[in-house]
Amino acid sequence: MIPERCGQVSAETIILGIETSCDETSAAVVADGRRIMSNIISSQVPVHQRFGGVVPEIASRKHVELINSVIRQSLDTAGITFRDIDAVAVTYGPGLVGALLVGVSAAKALAYTLSLPLIGLNHIECHIYANFLINPPELPVVCLVVSGGHTDLIFIKEHGNYELIGQTRDDAAGEAFDKVARVMGLGYPGGPLIDRLAAEGNPAAVDFPRAYLESDSFDFSFSGLKSSVLNYLNKAKMRGEKIDKADLAASFQGAVVDVLTDKTVAAAVKYGVSTILLAGGVAANTGLRRELKRRAEPFGISVRYPKPVFCTDNAAMVACAAYYRFLRREFAPLTLNAVPGLKLGADTY
Amino acid sequence: MYILGIDTATRVAGAAVAGEGRLVSERFIHNRKTHSQNIIPMIRQVMDDAGLKPEDLGGIAVTGGPGSFTGLRIGMAVAKTMGQVLGIPVVGVSTLKALAWNVYRASGLICPVLDARRNEVYTCIYRSGFKGLEEMINPAAMGIEQLLDELSLNGEDVIFLGDGVPVYKDAIVGRLGSRALLATIINSFPRAGAVAELGMVELQQGQTGDYTFLQPIYLRKSEAEITWEKKHGQ
Ligand SMILES: [Zn+2]
Repeated sequence: MIPERCGQVSAETIILGIETSCDETSAAVVADGRRIMSNIISSQVPVHQRFGGVVPEIASRKHVELINSVIRQSLDTAGITFRDIDAVAVTYGPGLVGALLVGVSAAKALAYTLSLPLIGLNHIECHIYANFLINPPELPVVCLVVSGGHTDLIFIKEHGNYELIGQTRDDAAGEAFDKVARVMGLGYPGGPLIDRLAAEGNPAAVDFPRAYLESDSFDFSFSGLKSSVLNYLNKAKMRGEKIDKADLAASFQGAVVDVLTDKTVAAAVKYGVSTILLAGGVAANTGLRRELKRRAEPFGISVRYPKPVFCTDNAAMVACAAYYRFLRREFAPLTLNAVPGLKLGADTY
Repeated sequence: MYILGIDTATRVAGAAVAGEGRLVSERFIHNRKTHSQNIIPMIRQVMDDAGLKPEDLGGIAVTGGPGSFTGLRIGMAVAKTMGQVLGIPVVGVSTLKALAWNVYRASGLICPVLDARRNEVYTCIYRSGFKGLEEMINPAAMGIEQLLDELSLNGEDVIFLGDGVPVYKDAIVGRLGSRALLATIINSFPRAGAVAELGMVELQQGQTGDYTFLQPIYLRKSEAEITWEKKHGQ
């Protein structure tokens, strides 16, 4: 499967990454997992806005419309041709199955036509590896993955070795942000809107509950908090009270951030790591970044997170994660399928 | 010139290589594996059987719809990406036309019906012309009764083919009686060989085959759009 020129002519390993797991169509070219030669992201957010969330069928249709021009742009921006690529990488789960299939089909067509190795990646793994772009951290680390679909605490001992130490038992953190933003009438996507509003509000204005679950648990729960916000809004409405949206956003975000940071720092201490990584869409949240740094500092633990553009779904992180699999020679067969419920560390090939 | 035919529009997957006036190799799979798992290995196989490398291809033809939304996208993403890498034309062939091609030159009317669920079929009515299939109506998603109304207008025989036939067999035979001719097993599904042959014709007739503008023809909006438009009175 490995083309002859690998590791011989070119000193760097150039990987083309493809990402279509949700509502961003993205292709990127990354050398050696850290030098980003291009990272093209075509966002469908405006397309889904009128529906108040991502519509899977529409997302899939958009992906197939956009994928080839996005690939073209990623090569042009990188200043390379198809012949300069050493491997093709693609997210094959978790995500929307119809959306994933577009990227997987395109990636396999590339791998077959160019006789290149194919690398299939877990979307969560890719979010984690967004932290390895540009300046890779030393392992082991504890990583908090927070997005619309995930709230996972993961211990990463070495490359490719993941131990899930905690996860949400109901809503993902990002999901709670989206739902609360919707009931507050802020719009979609909710995370950035609440974050912006929270910066101007008082986090102590409303005392929302913090669900810590059992004392030794690293799991999360956000559905109670979400209900509390709903109750608070309903009561205010019944009494005819005007609510301060900034205070409400700050108080809600404060409650989410408190639980996330407490558990993440505790996990980092328990596992004896000196670095915490933040990953996923909610890793762009400024309140979360600031608070996690502040609380980890006294323990001598550093906190790292990707630039906002690498927190959202993008293919640079796919190409980066793929580089470490390339080094381990973990290649996928051309029968690779999309796996919508793929678990981290449970590859299907 | 050699052309690769790809079909993943319905429950079957197909790949074929045609060129120099013949069908060189073909595979057809109707199994429980998904198109995503099947199609690239099938393409590799028919290319190997034909003794060709991807660079030897002069064009690609793919069933462009109607059909299963997901299936259409798999075929389209594969065809367009291969065309992009190889810098060769890619043409979309109507799934209905590919089906009708199975019985081209038969007398009477040819009516492919694909099960579109929600009590509808994706269909078109063809007649074999001197130079190819002539469309008697526009391809559309419609209720089986509406289609049968259309076909009752004249007294010709009608050949029915496609995965909608077993679903609506009673309605079809009930209305048209002995005028309804149902396809045999081997011509009930699209064939990649037919897709390749029809694609070749289109390219020879001057179709540019620009992959950038090629998209699946779904013949139906997404459920979310239909609901939204109803709600907002459009
Ligand atoms: Zn994501």
